[in-house]
Amino acid sequence: MKRKLLEYLEWGSLLMSTTAVCFFLVVILWDLASKGAGSLSWDFVSRFPENGMTSGGILPAIIGTVMLTVITAITAAPFGICCAIYLHEYAPDTPVTRLIRASIRNLAGVPSVIFGLFGLACFVQALHLGTSLLSAGLTLGLLSLPYIIVTSEEALHRVPVSIREGAWALGATHFEMVRDIVVPSALPGIITGIILAVSRAAGETAPILFTGAAYYINNPSFSLDQEFMALPYHLYMLSTQHQSVDLVRPLAYSTALVLIIVVLLLNLTAFYIRYKSSKDHATA
Amino acid sequence: MQQPKLSARGISLWFGEKQVLKDIDIGFQDRQITALIGPSGCGKSTLLRCFNRMHDRTPGVRLSGHCYLDQEDIYAKSVFVAAIRRRIGMVFQKANPFAKSIYENINYGLKINGVQENQRHELIVQSLKESFLWDEVQHELHKPAAQLSGGQQQRLCIARAVALRPEVILMDEPCSALDPLSTAKIEELIKNLKADYTIVIVTHNMQQAQRIADNTVFMYMGRIIEADTTPNIFNNATNELTSSYVHGKFG
Repeated sequence: MKRKLLEYLEWGSLLMSTTAVCFFLVVILWDLASKGAGSLSWDFVSRFPENGMTSGGILPAIIGTVMLTVITAITAAPFGICCAIYLHEYAPDTPVTRLIRASIRNLAGVPSVIFGLFGLACFVQALHLGTSLLSAGLTLGLLSLPYIIVTSEEALHRVPVSIREGAWALGATHFEMVRDIVVPSALPGIITGIILAVSRAAGETAPILFTGAAYYINNPSFSLDQEFMALPYHLYMLSTQHQSVDLVRPLAYSTALVLIIVVLLLNLTAFYIRYKSSKDHATA
Repeated sequence: MQQPKLSARGISLWFGEKQVLKDIDIGFQDRQITALIGPSGCGKSTLLRCFNRMHDRTPGVRLSGHCYLDQEDIYAKSVFVAAIRRRIGMVFQKANPFAKSIYENINYGLKINGVQENQRHELIVQSLKESFLWDEVQHELHKPAAQLSGGQQQRLCIARAVALRPEVILMDEPCSALDPLSTAKIEELIKNLKADYTIVIVTHNMQQAQRIADNTVFMYMGRIIEADTTPNIFNNATNELTSSYVHGKFG
C-alpha cells in the first residue's frame, strides 16, 4: 500500500508542476493578448509613431529589430559553425580543448548586460563604430556565438560514427567526409540552433541599450552606421520612461505582443526545419 | 603457395593498456573468400579494420607490425590513406547509406576519387547490377536511400564499395542485422564477387562461413589459433580449441 501511495504522490507532484508552469504561461499570454489586441491593428505595424509616441505605429522598431536580427545572424553564424566544426571534428581531445569547450559553455551564461558593456567598449569606442546598428548587431552576434557553437556541436555529435566510417571507407579524406557527409546531415540542427539563438538575441534589451538603440528617431535611415529603434527597447521606454506612461500603456502591450509574435515566428521556422529534416532522414 | 594479396605481419594492437591483437600473421589469397570466425571480443573486427586503417583516428590506439597489399606496406609513411581505402573497400555490420539518393550514394565515392563524370553513370549501373539491386531500384534511382529495406541498403553499400573497383573487399558481419532471405541474397552476391575481388568476411554464423568461404581463420583472445581451408577447419581441425568452437561447445 505504501508503494502505491508513493506512486500516486510522485505522479501528482509531477503533474502539478507541469500544470503550474503551463498556468503561468497562459496567464502571461492571456494578459498580453487581451490588453494588447485592442490597439493592435494594421496601422500599428505599418506606420511611424506620432504625437510623441501616443499614437501611430511602431514600424521603425519592427524594421530595426528585423535588421538587427539579420546582422546578428550574418556575423555570428559563420564563426559559430566553423568553430563548432573545428572543435568537434578536428581538435584533439586534450585538456586545452576541454578548457575551451567549458569556457564557451560558461560564456553562454554571462549576463547580457556584460555583453552590452563589452560592445560599448569594443565596437562603439575602440573600433569607432559609434552607437549604431552595426555595433549593436555585432554585440548581439557575440552574445549568440556561444549558443550557436554549443548547439552546432550537438548537431554534429548526432551524426552517427557509422556514416563517417562509410565515407572514409570509400576513400574520402577527413575534410571531404566533414564537408560532404557530416555537415549536410547536421545542417538542419545547426540552422535550428542559429534561429533559436538569434530569436533570443532579438528580444534582448540590455546589450543594445549602450550600443545603438534609440528611443525615437525622426526619419530613420536604417543604415548600418546610424542609431535605430528596436522592439524590446521601445517596449522598455513605453512602459517606464515615457512622460505619460498610463496614456501609452495599451501601445506598450501591443508592442510586447508584436515582439512575442516575431520571436514565435522565428521559433516556428526552426521547428518546421527540424520537423522536415526528421522526415527526410527517417531510416527504414 | 602464391604470394597473398593482403597480409598482416606481426600485427599487435592496443586499445589504451589493453592488448587486443597479439602478433597476428596471416595472408589472404587473391580472388578467394576468407572467413574470420571466433567468439565475441576475440579481435576479428579489430583485425579487419587494420587492413584499411580504420583505427587511424581512434584515440588511444597503438599498433605495431605491418600490413601489406601485394608488396606495399599499408602503414608506410609515404602512403596516402584515402588511396589505400579506395583499393581496399569495406562493408559494415549495419548498413550505413548516406542521407542521399540511391544514385548519389554510389556517385559520391566515384566523384571524390576523381572518376570522370562521363564514366560514372556506366559504373553506377554496373555496380547496381553486380549487387543484385538493379532490378529492384532501376526506376527509382533518385529516391532517398533511407527508404530502402535493410537488405537493400546493405546491397547498396556493397554496390557503393564495388563501384570503385577495389582489389579487396572487407566485410564486417554484413548479414548480422538481416533476415534469412536478405542474407541468402547477399551470400549469393558475395560468391559472385569472388571472381574479381579478394574478400575477407567476419562472421558469427558457422553455416555462413561453410557456405561461402574458401578459407577460414579461427581467432581466440587476440590470436590466430588456426587458419586453413574451410572444410579442414570444420571437419579436421588440428587444434582442440578450434574444433570445440566450430562444434558449438563455446563461444
